[in-house]
Amino acid sequence: MQPFTVHRGLVAPLDRVNVDTDQIIPKQFLKRIERTGFGQFLFYDWRYRPDGTPDPDFVLNQPRYQGASILLTRANFGSGSSREHAPWALLDYGFRAIIAPSFADIFKNNCYKNGILPVELDAAIVDHLFQEVWNHEGYELTVDLPEQVVIEPNGTRHRFEVNEFRKYCLLNGLDDIGWTLQFEDLIAAYEAERDALPT
Amino acid sequence: MSDRPKTMFEKIWERHVVREAPGEATILYIDVHLVHEVTSPQAFEGLRLAGRRVRRPDKTFATMDHNVPTTDRSLPILDAIALKQMETLVRNCREFGIPVFDLNSPDQGIVHVIGPELGITQPGRTIVCGDSHTSTHGAFGALAFGIGTSEVEHVLATQCLLQLKPKTFEIRVEGERPKGVTAKDIILAIIGTIGTAGGTGYVIEYAGSAIRALSMEERMTICNMSIEAGARAGMIAPDETTYAFLEGRRYAPKGKDWEKALEIWQSLPTDPGAKFDRYLELDASQLEPMVTWGTNPGQVVGVTGVVPDPSEMPTEDERKAAERALEYMGLEPGTPITDIPVDRVFLGSCTNSRLADLRAAARIVAGKKVHPRVRAMVVPGSQHVKKAAEAEGLDKIFKEAGFEWREPGCSMCLGMNEDILQPGERCASTSNRNFEGRQGRGGRTHLVSPEMAAAAAIAGHFVDIRDWL
Ligand code: SF4
Repeated sequence: MQPFTVHRGLVAPLDRVNVDTDQIIPKQFLKRIERTGFGQFLFYDWRYRPDGTPDPDFVLNQPRYQGASILLTRANFGSGSSREHAPWALLDYGFRAIIAPSFADIFKNNCYKNGILPVELDAAIVDHLFQEVWNHEGYELTVDLPEQVVIEPNGTRHRFEVNEFRKYCLLNGLDDIGWTLQFEDLIAAYEAERDALPT
Repeated sequence: MSDRPKTMFEKIWERHVVREAPGEATILYIDVHLVHEVTSPQAFEGLRLAGRRVRRPDKTFATMDHNVPTTDRSLPILDAIALKQMETLVRNCREFGIPVFDLNSPDQGIVHVIGPELGITQPGRTIVCGDSHTSTHGAFGALAFGIGTSEVEHVLATQCLLQLKPKTFEIRVEGERPKGVTAKDIILAIIGTIGTAGGTGYVIEYAGSAIRALSMEERMTICNMSIEAGARAGMIAPDETTYAFLEGRRYAPKGKDWEKALEIWQSLPTDPGAKFDRYLELDASQLEPMVTWGTNPGQVVGVTGVVPDPSEMPTEDERKAAERALEYMGLEPGTPITDIPVDRVFLGSCTNSRLADLRAAARIVAGKKVHPRVRAMVVPGSQHVKKAAEAEGLDKIFKEAGFEWREPGCSMCLGMNEDILQPGERCASTSNRNFEGRQGRGGRTHLVSPEMAAAAAIAGHFVDIRDWL
């Protein structure tokens, strides 16, 4: 996994609440057996019209947001299914951080496993950032994980919370499986006890 | 300290801790890992790349459900990519020694239907699957939740998960539920009350007299949709209903082991006086059959109600979401729910495709005909459900009424196979998600109980099922 430390990038504003995983990556694209190549299908039903041409009204199709790597959005982002194809698609498209007032649990977890940082900020701050992005073409933010702050171009800092273990894993790009396997002896001991039970 | 009253969740959690240390996620042992074709290929690929094995193939079970065709199984599968995914699952399971209930197996079905059916789902167990509706299994007093593909790989390799401890939420439903009000209506009412993010960060325990009175099938419907309330897991304490359901099932303990297991299971329910982080109480006697009007399961109203007016929504976000939802759904504020016509009816999904659901729906359609405008289908949850239903003649009742009778799978719940809505088509569905495009691009989904779906199929629009009973 790619570590996440400090990231500065162009912000794309997705002004919708409750964006669910069926919107992030519609099911017809879940049939692939690889982890890569999902970016082209990100927000497919919003990005493309039924005839397959890009919908110019959709935010990611607007020229000023090309190359965005930070997604700014509203509450309960990522609700719905457990499909990890959602963060895969976001990452493959180029997003490294997502800023929202709140995230759905499984989605948030899946982000951490893929080197995407989900940043939770107060709804009022998110609102303010939306205004800034809309008002300033080329608006960039810095997301600083070691310091746990989002920094505006004028230097204003917004602190966010992150679980210390998750932070450690992201900073180090840590492979969870390798980490758990360090404790193989504990697992084996647990199993010896557990396997003796009738259920 | 150890005598402090504990919730069922805490007891199960504590029994599965392999390692807990400050500043670290807990290593939690997983008793059962269910695998399906869509969220597993990348996990197996990861194992292969790292040269790792599946630690406990004996605690891992695979089936195919999401992608499978629900038409005649003797015909070749036309969708080449879907076929590849199914073949990949079989190949992976063979390579790693995992039992797989494939398309030809008499045990095949939706992963959350077959787990309980085969007795794999048991009280006190930790159960995971790369599917958010794993919460279904919590109906047995198990701690069951959905995981992403990276976690699938983690469980395959270690039989453990790294977990941060969630908070607990007790939802009590008390009182007697009126006729025509089903488990589906209870859970839709709960989601309507707390919202689709209301349970985020929590494990919900459902309790109270109305929950105790539910059958196992009904409890599964409730726990199934915990995820629609934002919670990763929902659970209901095991009791006589649970044990009666499990006894004699293939993977359930037998003989002396059964007695020992019972003893363990009986120690699981939440201790009197145990504290939850949050509480909610609902009066079952006040509930009515529910119908969703929008594009998330929290946008729901009683069948005697009307499509709400976005301008009356309490917050700006909700107002915008409601406006967008009504536009997508093609509905006008103030329209009585019973005036909404339907084009399609889908009876199926891990929420409502068990034998009890099909029986309830069959009672409504028996001797009647599906409305000429409506195309209706029944997709049983598993081969076993299908066979049992056919043995009772339910298939005939449905077919005579004009329903299609299909092979088991997820089908139109998510429309990965060819069972999808056309743009603008309106569907009464017993599934769990009414997201935009969930059942097909431009398709409009209304979530309801099996009885309500069956009645809508006959009438061609929503009806208050209580008028028919
Ligand atoms: S029936 Fe629907 S919700 Fe259930 S597992 Fe299948 S796709 Fe998921």
